Amino acid sequence: MSTNHDISTAPAKPPIWNDPVYRGIFFQVLVLGAVVLFGLYIFNNTAENLERQGIASGFGFMNTTAGFGIITHLVEYTEESSYGRAFLVGLLNTLLVSAVGVVLATLIGLLVGIARLSKNLLVSGIATVYIEVIRNIPLLLQIFFWYFAVLRSVPAPKNSIALLDTFFLNNRGLYSPAPMPQPGFMWIVIALIVAIVGIIIMRNWAHKRQERTGQPFHTFYVSLAILIGLPALAAIITGLPLAWEYPVLKGFNFQGGLVMIPEFVALLLALSIYTGAFIAEIVRAGILSVSHGQTEAASALGLRNNITLRLVVLPQALRVIIPPLTSQYLNLVKNSSLAAAIAYPELVSIFAGTVLNQTGQAVEVILITMGVYLTISLTISLFMNWYNKKMALVER
Amino acid sequence: MNPANQTYEPGTHPDLPPPSSAVGAIAWMRQHLFSGPWNTILTLLAAYLLILVIPPIIRWVFVDANLSGDTREACTSGGACWVFIKVRFAQFMYGFYPIEERWRVDLTFIVFFAVLIPMMFERMPGRKWLTVFLLFIFPIIAFFLLYGGSFGLAVVETPKWGGLMLTLVIAVIGIVASLPIGVVLALGRRSNMPIVRTICVIFIEFWRGVPLITVLFMASVMFPLFMPEGANFDKLLRALIGVMLFSAAYMAEVIRGGLQAIPKGQYEAAEAMGLGYWRVMGLVILPQALKMVIPGIVNTFIGLFKDTTLVLIIGLFDFLGIVQAAATDPKWLGYSVEGYVFCAFVYWVFCFSMSRYSMYLERKLDTGHAR
Repeated sequence: MSTNHDISTAPAKPPIWNDPVYRGIFFQVLVLGAVVLFGLYIFNNTAENLERQGIASGFGFMNTTAGFGIITHLVEYTEESSYGRAFLVGLLNTLLVSAVGVVLATLIGLLVGIARLSKNLLVSGIATVYIEVIRNIPLLLQIFFWYFAVLRSVPAPKNSIALLDTFFLNNRGLYSPAPMPQPGFMWIVIALIVAIVGIIIMRNWAHKRQERTGQPFHTFYVSLAILIGLPALAAIITGLPLAWEYPVLKGFNFQGGLVMIPEFVALLLALSIYTGAFIAEIVRAGILSVSHGQTEAASALGLRNNITLRLVVLPQALRVIIPPLTSQYLNLVKNSSLAAAIAYPELVSIFAGTVLNQTGQAVEVILITMGVYLTISLTISLFMNWYNKKMALVER
Repeated sequence: MNPANQTYEPGTHPDLPPPSSAVGAIAWMRQHLFSGPWNTILTLLAAYLLILVIPPIIRWVFVDANLSGDTREACTSGGACWVFIKVRFAQFMYGFYPIEERWRVDLTFIVFFAVLIPMMFERMPGRKWLTVFLLFIFPIIAFFLLYGGSFGLAVVETPKWGGLMLTLVIAVIGIVASLPIGVVLALGRRSNMPIVRTICVIFIEFWRGVPLITVLFMASVMFPLFMPEGANFDKLLRALIGVMLFSAAYMAEVIRGGLQAIPKGQYEAAEAMGLGYWRVMGLVILPQALKMVIPGIVNTFIGLFKDTTLVLIIGLFDFLGIVQAAATDPKWLGYSVEGYVFCAFVYWVFCFSMSRYSMYLERKLDTGHAR
């Protein structure tokens, strides 16, 4: 055995092309270079193509007159308004249908999710069929179904389907009475705000008192009483300054009242029914994830059923429910873009459809549209990360 | 002899049948449908709802339906007019693919399903080779069969493609092509190199943050601008690239989930064996991770399959697009419900069976955690 092998010598430094540090740097420079080159190539081609087609790039077009009408708008809009204004109208319509859709889908999902867990076989069977059917049919097909097959085939305004002579459904939309605040309505709003502030203060106080003395307080019923009582009191004192404007048939169409155009109703129905099916599964999984031992332990401690649900089951179920729920909300917002297929005037339909066709500013329009959705997505996922961090189990 | 009066030695009493209220149909109904007033009300309400809804549907779909004849005049009974579907069936399947060339589509899909179905069973011998065939060789065969242009087959331009065939083409190409891109992106996102990681994160989050429809708009109006002058590639290819990039981002997240689920010991053991990065990944980590995420991949595929309907917005006639076009045909105006129901049924059969398969896999792969 050779003895002149000196083990104290440090291992030879690897040659530079085998050193992981240098390799890493080299590889990253290579990747970055390839990406930058590809970007430059595309940028050059685009610039050349635009120049050849005589399209001026830039966002100046946002101030030009749009010259097209929009069937429903939340803010002032006429044909003389600018493209920027049209963008705002589209964005607000997207947000409107998403917000209402999120609320409806959550309600449907909660109801169906709980129904699926029911011990009643008929009820849970219906819920299962609903979920399995709706989840496996493309959303666009459902939108088409509601729009073309259902809402297009309801009668004309003259033969509207009426409910209690206040709601009317016809092929121009769904009409309902519009609330008309009279002078003095301000007081009810103020009472509502006062009630909310009062409830927050009361909850804090009740919580502190329970921490100190262990005595619980009926926060829920008291909050409910304040929330309903204060505005009701204000309404009685001021003499209910709220009038309703009913839709009336004049000539060929209804006048007055609130109208939801068929495109909106179809989109809303399809979105909330479709997303509701997914939410139902999330709710079910969340409730099932709380092990039976938790409920048993709570009863062993002497907690009543509703307290067990509120303090033991729900907080643990919500931890499982919230992250996938937010991503379903996000999907709903993104799916609202399918409205382009039935021409409900939301962001994609107005901006990436009409405005793009009129101006030809493909790059700018698509970038702005994608930017809006990216902003919404990033905001929601930031919220989700924050929530996850807050709710994460603190493990030893 | 009265059994009530009879006396028995302790331990010799014969077994009695359970009381009639504890077994049989009555007991079952009591337990599952009428256990308490609230449940009884619910059951009655649900039963009323079902009686209200089911019979008219059955009457419309089966009893009163029209199947014979081949014009709209044949639909007289007030039920569903399946004549519409029957007359347009070939178009729903193949789009505007020339009639005398349709055997090529049939052959492609027969081969596809003949390889795919045995591949789905765990015990199939040579399963690995079937997978390799399906992922690498079949796409080439399918291209030459569907598009033609060599081996004496006439070229069929892509605008003539349509119907269910186009839907399947987009979905399958989208998922097969996004798989390798997804693997690269997922590895990049878990890499130690900050620049590579950042690029991958930006790419993934960008595509996941925008709706598919804006991606398709981008593919149809912006991709032509990206190309040098004169280069012109067809609408289907543009849509395919859009779908591919979009699903690659989702695929990357699914695969990342699998990579994260591999215990750290596997990485360390592989490195201790002296394997380099690519061999650690290729020989140890990815085979385990990919197997683990097959249910996730199937779920992504279901989502993609449903999302292919969006290509009709940029003017491709996929299955839904062609049904929609047929329903607005003046010859068959007023029969859109039949079209939608048929379309929904086909989509449902595909998606439902795939989701069942994915659940079966999940159960199969979920070893060791089951209690």
